[in-house]
Amino acid sequence: MTLGWWILAAALLLAVLGLYLSMTAGRLDRLHRRIDTSRHALDSQLLGRSALVLDVASSGLFDPATTVVLADSAHAARAASEDDVVPRGLAESNLTRVLVEAIPDVSEADALREVAADPTMLDDLRGTCVRVQLSRRFHNDAVRACRQVRRQRLVRWLRLAGHTPWPETVEMDDTPPPGLTAR
Amino acid sequence: MRIGIVCPYAWDVPGGVQAHIRDQAETLIDMGHAVSVITPVEDPATLPAYAVDGGRPRPVPYNGSVARLTFGVKATARVRRWIREGDFDVLHVHEPLAPSLGVLACWAARGPIVATVHSSQERSRVLITGYYLAQTALEKISALIAVSEHARRTIVDHLGGDAVLIPNGVRVDHYLGAEPLRTWPGPAIGFLGRMDEPRKGLAILLAAFAGVRARMPTATLVLIGPGDADEVLSGVPADVREGIVILGRVGEGEKARALASLDAYVAPNTGGESFGIVLLEAMAAGAPVVASDLDAFARVLDGGRCGVLFPVGDSVALESTLLAVLDDPDARRRLTAAGVRRVAAYDWRTVAGDLIDVYASVTAGQSGVREDLRGQIVGRLARRRELGGDDAS
Repeated sequence: MTLGWWILAAALLLAVLGLYLSMTAGRLDRLHRRIDTSRHALDSQLLGRSALVLDVASSGLFDPATTVVLADSAHAARAASEDDVVPRGLAESNLTRVLVEAIPDVSEADALREVAADPTMLDDLRGTCVRVQLSRRFHNDAVRACRQVRRQRLVRWLRLAGHTPWPETVEMDDTPPPGLTAR
Repeated sequence: MRIGIVCPYAWDVPGGVQAHIRDQAETLIDMGHAVSVITPVEDPATLPAYAVDGGRPRPVPYNGSVARLTFGVKATARVRRWIREGDFDVLHVHEPLAPSLGVLACWAARGPIVATVHSSQERSRVLITGYYLAQTALEKISALIAVSEHARRTIVDHLGGDAVLIPNGVRVDHYLGAEPLRTWPGPAIGFLGRMDEPRKGLAILLAAFAGVRARMPTATLVLIGPGDADEVLSGVPADVREGIVILGRVGEGEKARALASLDAYVAPNTGGESFGIVLLEAMAAGAPVVASDLDAFARVLDGGRCGVLFPVGDSVALESTLLAVLDDPDARRRLTAAGVRRVAAYDWRTVAGDLIDVYASVTAGQSGVREDLRGQIVGRLARRRELGGDDAS
């Protein structure tokens, strides 16, 4: 009788544990998927930004000196996305800094708007910089949520995350040019 | 862009979140996007063309007031079908912490999901007790938006993680230059909101109005909004009662015109407000604003430069503030001018542009929103039920 109860209790415990583990595994899977997609989104926003900067540079909007610096850093960012000889975060941060220096305040932005052949170019530039910042934020949020689950003891002991590498946040300077975002 | 928006509260019951969603949907449609809204609704005939019936709401006490929420197997089935047939690029869920269609949609979908948190809540018991299912649904959200600093803090506390701050919008063009509804016999004070909900603070305004009426016998108090006025007004002396006009529930256009007819719009709320959209509407309609000094209100009123603040719950202070405002036409003109300027920053067109940036940053390189059936027992039940041809409400 008592033995029967013990077996029943053990079976129940095992069932609950099994359910918990399977739910947690599903949750981890979801979180990893979210990281994949947010990383992908960030990549395409970064590529979009460097492509647009190259376009803007070749349009003759900026003075020659600014154009050279912009094109150089945009090329470097694109190269870093392919081979990673230079850390990508560093290359993208450099591009960010050059953009900030190119359009440091509203008066500079207004002056550019006056000479621009296509004034929407500056709006596009603002949009792409804001979206880079947003995507990075969303990506790092996804990483943080995932890490929280992966730190749990049961998850570590039972290796519920399998061989999926430890998720890394993307660290870079993504400040949009102040001249474009001030309202 | 194809955008699916989920509304947690009954569409035909006036409320801040519902109004926000309506303005969001209409502005996005104006900008050329394809928008569908799924929402609980009492009477499906009241739904606009872009909205889909998500089921009948049930009144439940939630977050300090009675909320009308929709949940259950049938609602889940409707949400699933809407997601499947909508073929959305992005799903935008409002108030994902409310146990209603929003959390069901998060649960039933995968792909880019954006969520907006409106209310500021004290730490909610629901999530503290480890509401596992809600958590797994919330973890799918790829981007969180807060309409206010308060709402943002709610997110940080409850969900861990950060949010982008995109303030609420006002359709300024609907309010600007609205024709006054009518002329009142004397200075007119207005209140807008549910009359029988204590935290809207009508009782405080009534106490102050009795004092105002003693000094200005022609003063009128205009009450706009739903709720049982009789109970609230039962303690009001007859001579004060004579100065009170009840407009009750009004449509959008009439609301703008009623606000435009006021000499002072009063927001005596005692708490629970995360933003204060009505303040912006009153400002856009040109009404001088007097509001309790809740953080959210102080922020909208730019620390008191675009409206007058009084201590929360203090009817004596409200009375003297009102007397001062009603006695000074120059001050009222200044407040109106400052309010109209202030409100431009909150125009829905600006807000919708920010939303599009958020959508773009989560949808880049994605194939859109799909139905998610993994690991969901109730989801599978709902699907079976739906296949069985359950189509009735």
